[in-house]
Amino acid sequence: MHKKLLFNLQLGFTLLVCAFLIVPVVLSIMAGLTVNYIVGIESGLTLRWVMEVWNGYRGTIFLSIGISLACLVCTLVLGIPTAYVLARRQSALSRAIEELLVMPVAVPGLATALALIVTYGGLSGFRTSWLFILVGHVLFTLPFMVRSVLAVLMAIDLNTLEEGAASLGASWWRRFRDIVLPNCRAGILAGSLMVVTLSMGEFNMTWLLHTPFTKTLPVGLADAYASLRLEIGSAYTLVFFLMIMPLLLALQAFAQPRINKFVPEDDAQ
Amino acid sequence: MSDINPMSIALKNCAKTFADGTRALEPLDLSINAGETVVFLGPSGCGKTTTLRIIAGLEEPDAGGQVLFDGQDVTQIPIEQRNVGMVFQSYALFPNMTVAENIGYGLKIRKIPSAQIKTRVGEMLGMMQIEKLANRKIDQLSGGQRQRVALARAIAVRPRALLLDEPLTALDAKLRDTLRLEIDTLLRSLQITAIYVTHDQAEAMALGDRIVVMEHGRVAQIGKPRDIYQKPSTRFVADFIGTMNRLNGAVRNGVFTCRAGDLHWADAPADASEILFRPEDIRVTDSAEASALRGTIAAAFFLGDRTRLFVEVGEKQPLVVESTVRRDFSHGEQVGLSIDPRGIMIL
Repeated sequence: MHKKLLFNLQLGFTLLVCAFLIVPVVLSIMAGLTVNYIVGIESGLTLRWVMEVWNGYRGTIFLSIGISLACLVCTLVLGIPTAYVLARRQSALSRAIEELLVMPVAVPGLATALALIVTYGGLSGFRTSWLFILVGHVLFTLPFMVRSVLAVLMAIDLNTLEEGAASLGASWWRRFRDIVLPNCRAGILAGSLMVVTLSMGEFNMTWLLHTPFTKTLPVGLADAYASLRLEIGSAYTLVFFLMIMPLLLALQAFAQPRINKFVPEDDAQ
Repeated sequence: MSDINPMSIALKNCAKTFADGTRALEPLDLSINAGETVVFLGPSGCGKTTTLRIIAGLEEPDAGGQVLFDGQDVTQIPIEQRNVGMVFQSYALFPNMTVAENIGYGLKIRKIPSAQIKTRVGEMLGMMQIEKLANRKIDQLSGGQRQRVALARAIAVRPRALLLDEPLTALDAKLRDTLRLEIDTLLRSLQITAIYVTHDQAEAMALGDRIVVMEHGRVAQIGKPRDIYQKPSTRFVADFIGTMNRLNGAVRNGVFTCRAGDLHWADAPADASEILFRPEDIRVTDSAEASALRGTIAAAFFLGDRTRLFVEVGEKQPLVVESTVRRDFSHGEQVGLSIDPRGIMIL
């Protein structure tokens, strides 16, 4: 009896916390689908606001997707070799580099953005290009790629695996392709999802780096909430939600730690 | 199975100093005959693994050092072009591949047609009796199975030499015995040049045609297992291999006198002040009173086929005696001892 009461209390509390977190999301989504938010759901459901977002902010969606994919390519090209070198060379210098790489995450995005503007703001072609935002995003997301690949590489005794492959005749490139890359696939995948998600949702830095012609989705979202009807802002949130949710779910699925099970000696004749 | 063409290996003046200044290996000269199994034996840090890695091409000797395969200088050739098979202590199997893919990897690198790879992998699986594991992933294998896969993978490419770096250290004692026998049979049937690194003297004695005992980056002794055991050239070798008894004393008129009594030893050199002998060269006599050497039993362990006795004779260490006499020994009992002069060593 006592146990059951305790269970119900816990269940109730959990549901309450869930409601606290989920209700605003649902309300916001509903606001984006309601004809008139002030009147409420009785005014009817509509896709009109979503269409208006599509018509007015389509460009920001494509720019965000484009930047996040370009950012992914950059972090893959820069991050995997970096993690590989850091894993191979265990020295005080490599540890220091590893720590320095995390700086853009520790420093507020606004500060990084200001530093970029102060340094490169004069290069007008660069300043007004989407590449300017990409640079900021790469700075911010690179540590996440490096860290997640490095974590996997550190767990697999990379040096010995490579020596094993070399003893079988594999050149450096074959070893990298056949042994290093496949064995850090989990880290690359987790890092990639993280990079795309972070780049897609990045606001702090992008807000300073953007120009009227290089607005990303989160910047557009802030813009919509600040200057347009609440319904349009909410519909915009819904679009963002639909784009980011699959990424987050995939991240969750691939970030499961691999469990090494013990295999007993059944063959000791 | 003699489709392997073994080679001779020679090291000339090979030393190794690491970047931090540590001297891992003093200049070493060594020649290994084709088809021979040589065991590098020594405590950790003695330079045995460094030597193996220099032969493999995983480390470069200091300037002036040379590695020769069949008389040809390979010092500058990287490991991937040396065609040596290697078995690592941690196996170094590729987790992203199955057992069969691991074994076939070296053949794939050599661009051998896939049908031939399949045949060769099948042969290897059969030889190591692991056919049913062919499609397993590495993390689904036990330690013993992994070791067999590692051996099969190293041999599959028909290397000119097989280098084994403490291959059994990670396994439990019983499995180690089984695999030691398997490796011995394998090396004999392949007639491959093999270098085996271990810190386990029993492994070294069982497998080696010759043993290279190493200490502090130097070779302490090179020889057949029997010579190393019976005629150790230094105190270090004498102590590292097997159990050694010591008695301190002086020689007078063909008699070695020590605290335990007198030992009649016709060939005794006049300046001998310490003699060494193995536990099997000393035995307990029938009567303590009639013996010229005597001691007191400090401990007795019945081991089934024999009794290991620790006999106090007034030295720093009690003597170890392996007795096969069918009787009980009690603590504090006085016993007579007799030493076979043929087993006596002086270092």
